[in-house]
Amino acid sequence: MDTSFRLLPETASTMASQVDGLYFFLNAVAAFFALLIFVLIVYFSLRYRRRDESVRPAPVPTNLKLELLWTIIPFLITMVLFSWSARLFIQMSHSPADAMRINVVGKQWMWKIQHPDGQREINALHVPVGKPIELMMTSQDVIHSFYVPAFRIKQDVLPGSYSRLAFTPTKVGEYHLFCAEFCGDQHSGMIGKVVVMEPAKYDAWLAGTIPDEPPALAGERLFAQYGCMACHGQRGPTMAGLFGRKVELNDGTTVTADEQYLHESIFDPAAKIVRGFTPLMPSFRGQLTEEQVMQLIAYIKSLQYSQSTQEQQ
Amino acid sequence: MTPSQPIDPHALDRHHVQGLAHHFDDMDQQHEAATLGMWAFLATEVLFFGGALAGYAVYRSRYGDAFAAASHHLYLWIGVINTAVLLTSSFMMALAVNAAKHGNRKKVVTFLILTILLGLAFLCIKGIEYYLDYREHLVPGSIFEANWHEMFPHIDGAHPGSMMFLRQVQLFLMFYYILTGIHAVHMIVGISVMIVLTVKAARGRYTAEYNSPIDMAGLYWHFVDVVWIFLLPLLYMVQH
Amino acid sequence: MTTVPYSSSLGRETTYLNHSHKIRSWLLTLDHKRIAILYMISITFFFMIGGAAAVLMRLELMTPQGDLVKAETYNKLFTMHGVMMVFFFLIPSIPAVLGNFLIPLMVGAKDLAFPRLNLASWYLFMIGGLFALASLVAGGVDTGWTFYTPYSSTYSNSYVVLAVVGIFINGFSSILTGLNFIVTIHTMRAPGLTWFRLPLFCWSLYATSLIFILGTPVLAITLVLVGVERIFHIGVFDPSLGGDPILFQHLFWFYSHPAVYIMVLPSMGVVSEVITCFSRKRIFGYAFVAFSSVAIAVLGFLVWGHHLFVSGQSIYGGLIFSILSFMVAIPSGVKVFNWTATLYKGSIALQTPMLYCLGFIGLFTIGGLTGLYVASIAVDVHVTDTYFIIAHFHYIMVGGAVMAYMAGLHFWWPKMTGKMYSEWMGRFSALLIFVGFNLTFFPQFILGYLGMPRRYYAYAPEFQALNVLSSAGASVLGVGYLLPLLYLLWSLRWGKNAGPNPFRATGLEWKTSSPPPTENFEKTPIVNEEAYAYHRMEMTGDTVATH
Repeated sequence: MDTSFRLLPETASTMASQVDGLYFFLNAVAAFFALLIFVLIVYFSLRYRRRDESVRPAPVPTNLKLELLWTIIPFLITMVLFSWSARLFIQMSHSPADAMRINVVGKQWMWKIQHPDGQREINALHVPVGKPIELMMTSQDVIHSFYVPAFRIKQDVLPGSYSRLAFTPTKVGEYHLFCAEFCGDQHSGMIGKVVVMEPAKYDAWLAGTIPDEPPALAGERLFAQYGCMACHGQRGPTMAGLFGRKVELNDGTTVTADEQYLHESIFDPAAKIVRGFTPLMPSFRGQLTEEQVMQLIAYIKSLQYSQSTQEQQ
Repeated sequence: MTPSQPIDPHALDRHHVQGLAHHFDDMDQQHEAATLGMWAFLATEVLFFGGALAGYAVYRSRYGDAFAAASHHLYLWIGVINTAVLLTSSFMMALAVNAAKHGNRKKVVTFLILTILLGLAFLCIKGIEYYLDYREHLVPGSIFEANWHEMFPHIDGAHPGSMMFLRQVQLFLMFYYILTGIHAVHMIVGISVMIVLTVKAARGRYTAEYNSPIDMAGLYWHFVDVVWIFLLPLLYMVQH
Repeated sequence: MTTVPYSSSLGRETTYLNHSHKIRSWLLTLDHKRIAILYMISITFFFMIGGAAAVLMRLELMTPQGDLVKAETYNKLFTMHGVMMVFFFLIPSIPAVLGNFLIPLMVGAKDLAFPRLNLASWYLFMIGGLFALASLVAGGVDTGWTFYTPYSSTYSNSYVVLAVVGIFINGFSSILTGLNFIVTIHTMRAPGLTWFRLPLFCWSLYATSLIFILGTPVLAITLVLVGVERIFHIGVFDPSLGGDPILFQHLFWFYSHPAVYIMVLPSMGVVSEVITCFSRKRIFGYAFVAFSSVAIAVLGFLVWGHHLFVSGQSIYGGLIFSILSFMVAIPSGVKVFNWTATLYKGSIALQTPMLYCLGFIGLFTIGGLTGLYVASIAVDVHVTDTYFIIAHFHYIMVGGAVMAYMAGLHFWWPKMTGKMYSEWMGRFSALLIFVGFNLTFFPQFILGYLGMPRRYYAYAPEFQALNVLSSAGASVLGVGYLLPLLYLLWSLRWGKNAGPNPFRATGLEWKTSSPPPTENFEKTPIVNEEAYAYHRMEMTGDTVATH
């Protein structure tokens, strides 16, 4: 992700450059009228400044032509703006028949995503470049909003109904994914990334055979593959922000969630039960290799909201 | 103006015409102000009930079946009787206003008392109806949820859709209580105002020239009546 | 009410301020001018609370990590900022303070039509405010001032009901004030004061009052429904209970979009008064300015759906609300052009009220033009719920409404108190506020287009530079708002006497003494010319300020 200072967000979808086009036109219109008003005010204030206390300027009669002029011209400009933006909006709302459909569930405070072939991920969305995508979205609790600035798209995600969001990524890279509708305490932590990949790499990612894949990413795949997210975050404790935190246990003691603890919890889940939860989790001993457990731990480590959130908890 | 003059304008001209407030020029202006003020207030009231009715309309169009089923459990005959009571009360109010215009103190007091009594009758009947509703467990929340199968024996509780149906029934009940409750609050306010007016009328405060308070109370009372005329079919006679 | 004639050894005139000094004479007053002062003190108090919340938020946003307060606290801060500023400062600011004081004076009446209702609205306002404060003291509310469901009605663990009750009660205060203004303007105008001789301030407050009485009740009933869902768990808005969360948004914005015009229409009225006085010119295009106020009020009721472009309303719904939102820009533009044209060939004095007023026009122009961006539905999809929206509505509501409130306060302060403030301090603070405001909020347009969502207490590191700039601007702005508080208070004790008409303005309010006597005019004035007849005004003699 490019984190340098900039004045415009990255343009990474077919809509992005088109919305920017309208934005630049709006900038031109706004700059013209703002300057017109500012220059006139400053000029009049200097040119007609009060030199003599007793002066009584003659009234200027209302000029109907002028009034009509500055009613009709702005009206025409707004109609140009309306038709331009309406055309873009209709285009934006349309998704081609061959679009790849990905399911998105928003919940406090994470994005759960499932690809057409069943691959799951959390707070990340991997998509192939150049392929039209349609997201089918719903929420499990309150209203969220799926927002990718680099694509110039946003759609509220509502509980109790489905909303759609269509886009076609055009540039390989990693982009911000934000929740844009206030959804509670960790609203600003309900963020993630959209990873746009070359189609071949995307296929490899789906198949889970990415060469020199970072351990955290591999762990994320495993987390999805073994169905961990079916419980963790709901019936089970959430993994977000867990690593390094003090965890209170059922017997009243606390333990720090370090590598050792996580390892034990995967292979021998009943040993230490987090306060308020029931021991439901099966042991994964024999199912996971040590290497895979390390990858899972790497993934859990990566799930921090931000440094400070962790400090406070 | 000098400091030696009396300052309080109320003291200056409070009683130079009976009932004319100091800041109005004459009776006509005061009456015009009162009338316009009351109409503006009623416009506010229309929007107040309108907001709730908009919500009602959205859900009724969506959940017609549940709303109709729930509505059938209300006591339509009580609603009809209450409509008659309220309409008669409104008629008495009209007679009171008419009597006030002619400066007939005795008639004003009589008709106001009749209006109040009929209004109280409405509230009593409404109270009895609420009690009967309560006995039938027509109260959204835990009371309803524990007893719904008495009211809807044909509903299969195990069926996944039935939970939504029962929620929608409760939504209807909630609108029923909110709308009739707000209406009842308006009745209570109206009756309180009329009690004060009756006392003042009995003391001879209103004349053929000055009777806007009675006139305004009349407008308000008719409005409350009209609201009920809307509520009756909307709540008691839902068909799908 | 007991009133004690005041006479001092200095032989000072008896005014509405000094005819009695008892606390009772203030708390039970029926005088619109005293009620205006009560409102002025109360809203200043609420402004300080809202301002303090803003200061903490800007401090938190200096760094990308959340390090000053907890996320939960930050959420309560922006909610409190919004609730206090919108419902308890901006909405009552010009109407309840300046409108209350000036409308009877401007129409040549002794008081508003219903003085008791007027006092009742102040009490309702205070009770509402106390409920809102109670929610703050009890532990705060974390839903945002918009109270979006189902978060507010089901999920939030904060004191939503207290705040909602406060706003509900406060709504009736607005309704009664609006009702009073409408009736007063209709029925209590002085002889000869026809509709088209009315000062434009009255026109704009008339339009505002229409919104008060037609919009506020819808908000009230909506909040009742939120409260019911929260207390009884009946699904009005929560889909898991069978409700529809979008219905809340429709009902909420049906009031709350027009509420923006409640804030800005009175400002436009103030600007029309000030700009004519300090350019000694009749307003250019009186009828266009007057009717554009009404047009804004009416159109303002038809554009609420533009808050729902990404909420899931139909495409056609979105397009209709988009085109209507463009329409409402036209009358606003007409006003700006007419004000600018009023300056042409005038005799312009850049005194404090005029500086605030020109500041208003500049900031309102930017706020209005960025309104075109958000009316453009495709751009709004990108910028809605980001800092672009924050910047846009602060340009309208702070750059616009607060600037105009300051302009009006400085313009009529001599009338209200009989005292002149320090002109140099006034000009300095006007400049400070203008600069501080732009520094604070202009960077937020860029932040918003970059994609920084609103209501984030921790944000991506690349947004830091602009946020620091914004916080720096906010500190300038803060000083700019504190200064007037100091020098205006100072003027009460040490200011020069203003005289009846220090700015040599037209209008009936300047034809009585400063401060005015309780009954406003010694005898009912008669009007025989149009508003702003500066070209006919006598420029010498008794209208000059006395020291």
